[in-house]
Amino acid sequence: MRLARDRSALFGLVLIALLVVAALLAPVLATHPDDVFELHPAERLRAPSAVHWLGTDRMGADVYSRLLFGARITILIGVIAVGASLIVGVPVGLVAGYYHGWFSDVLMRVSDVFLAVPQVVLAIAIAQTLGPSLPNVILALSATYWPWFARVVYAETRALQQEVFVESTAALGASPWRLTALHVLPNIASPIIVRASIGMGFTILTAAALGFLGLGPPPPTPEWGRTIAESREFLPDAWWYATAPGLAIFLTVMGFNLLGDGLRDVLDPRLRRSRAASDA
Amino acid sequence: MPELLSVRGLSVDFVTDGGVAQVLDGISLDVGPGEVVGLVGESGCGKTTLARAILGILPTGATRIRGGEVRFKGADLLREDPGAVNDRVRGRAITFIPQDPYTSFSPVFSVQTQIMDLMKWKSPRAGHGGAARSSFRRYPRERRRADRDAVLETLRAVQIPEPTRALRRLPHEFSGGQRQRLMIAMALLPQPDLIIADEPTTALDVTIQAQILRLLRTLVKERGVSVLFTTHDLGTAHEICDRVVVMYAGQEMEAAPADAFFARPAHPYTRRLLASVPSPGGEIRDIPGDVPSLIAPPPGCRFHPRCEYATAECREGRPPPRVLAPGHGVRCHHPVDAPMGADG
Repeated sequence: MRLARDRSALFGLVLIALLVVAALLAPVLATHPDDVFELHPAERLRAPSAVHWLGTDRMGADVYSRLLFGARITILIGVIAVGASLIVGVPVGLVAGYYHGWFSDVLMRVSDVFLAVPQVVLAIAIAQTLGPSLPNVILALSATYWPWFARVVYAETRALQQEVFVESTAALGASPWRLTALHVLPNIASPIIVRASIGMGFTILTAAALGFLGLGPPPPTPEWGRTIAESREFLPDAWWYATAPGLAIFLTVMGFNLLGDGLRDVLDPRLRRSRAASDA
Repeated sequence: MPELLSVRGLSVDFVTDGGVAQVLDGISLDVGPGEVVGLVGESGCGKTTLARAILGILPTGATRIRGGEVRFKGADLLREDPGAVNDRVRGRAITFIPQDPYTSFSPVFSVQTQIMDLMKWKSPRAGHGGAARSSFRRYPRERRRADRDAVLETLRAVQIPEPTRALRRLPHEFSGGQRQRLMIAMALLPQPDLIIADEPTTALDVTIQAQILRLLRTLVKERGVSVLFTTHDLGTAHEICDRVVVMYAGQEMEAAPADAFFARPAHPYTRRLLASVPSPGGEIRDIPGDVPSLIAPPPGCRFHPRCEYATAECREGRPPPRVLAPGHGVRCHHPVDAPMGADG
């Protein structure tokens, strides 16, 4: 696998693998799995120790255990929001790119409007209006992220239409459906995949920002952004309280970005095989 | 000789923001069975538009066919049912070799996938009816095997080494010359009567150009396929054509057998064009004046503003076709009757 040769991409992949393992095995790996919901006021704000590896929070809950369960929420938000953006954005981009006319213009102007407003601001507005909850955070992120896919797909589709192989497929009588699904889509798969990987990082960051602002899932959900917000009043004494989720967010976002960059190189069909041949 | 393809008085307009450009103005030309015809002209004279009009693949929307006909084996392709033309003619009886072998393949599929996809619909063994509309039409196994054998044989004919292995490769693993060989193979595979080659060697190195041209000529002569070959390179035309048609600003000026075309050109434009080919040690001579605007073209013969022989009648109307010798026609009121080089 060529991805393995790209050290930074491999590092990104390892970070993401750790995140997934943490999420899947949270109940096993957690030292105090019940602390997500239970309060231990007597043990609040303990420094990292053999019992509480990353210390405890203001409720006396184990920070390490909550961090693991937070990974589940992070992945859930990222996957669903990016998936929904793909489902909406890719068809919009394909249709707008394939057809030339007022309908395409309308689609792209709508996505331009979404892109014109900073994503965080728009997501805050949506999350605030709908009320803080996990589904609403996902909805807010999906609603603000799909135009990125629409833009990428639109630009790539338009560029491909100039290519002789697309034109000749059309000249042979292929239907628009066949042409886009079987000939255009495989050619634009790599920018979509790269955009999705980077989008995971971006979406997770924005989700943490919403959580920090109190617009995320309500307590006691162990959402990372909210945990950082809670920890502020205990800084700098309870440094572990903010550091753990902060580092988790940082490493997760970096993992997806590094992977996205690595994928960009690996997926370029012009570098396929020829690169393998030169290495062999 | 009954003509295979005969274009008569074809006029095509492009609607642009600046006005209506008359890209083709009553153009006529013939291609006989088994004949290699060169369509020569400067950039922008309408060569590609003519090639596309014959294939029925003019860009939709901004183009209008003002008049004329494209007769292929007796039927006027412009007035036939488009579905029937697509099913029986385009990609089958008439195939196409594009200008640029780099963008002509999809970079993400193997060459095999792309050639077999063509064969699924356009192989001589494929039935008629039902264009590539349904994604799920069956490709019977026996036909697939026969088509594959034909593909391998044709790849050998265009001198692709190790055809079986070559098929598994991706387009970028071939050089430009090899990709153009693959394009020639794809144009031959449907066993067409006519191949339209739109400047097939302009994107290649000069050394490769000659190889590809000779290969193309050998293959079509072996198989009795006609070729309409557009080029702006007179040397290329000389290399492979039986007959040459010269175009200027959307009008045909002269058509002649290749020998006569280069030895005794009759049209002042042809003579000027031939004289402007740079030769070692010779001075570079261009044609005085500019290529006319196609939005407001000069009346009559479009070359008259730049022509040293022009008279009032050249302005009034387009000169009628005049036959100088069998197969040598010219549309000029003042054809020159002298060997090339005699007028200076």
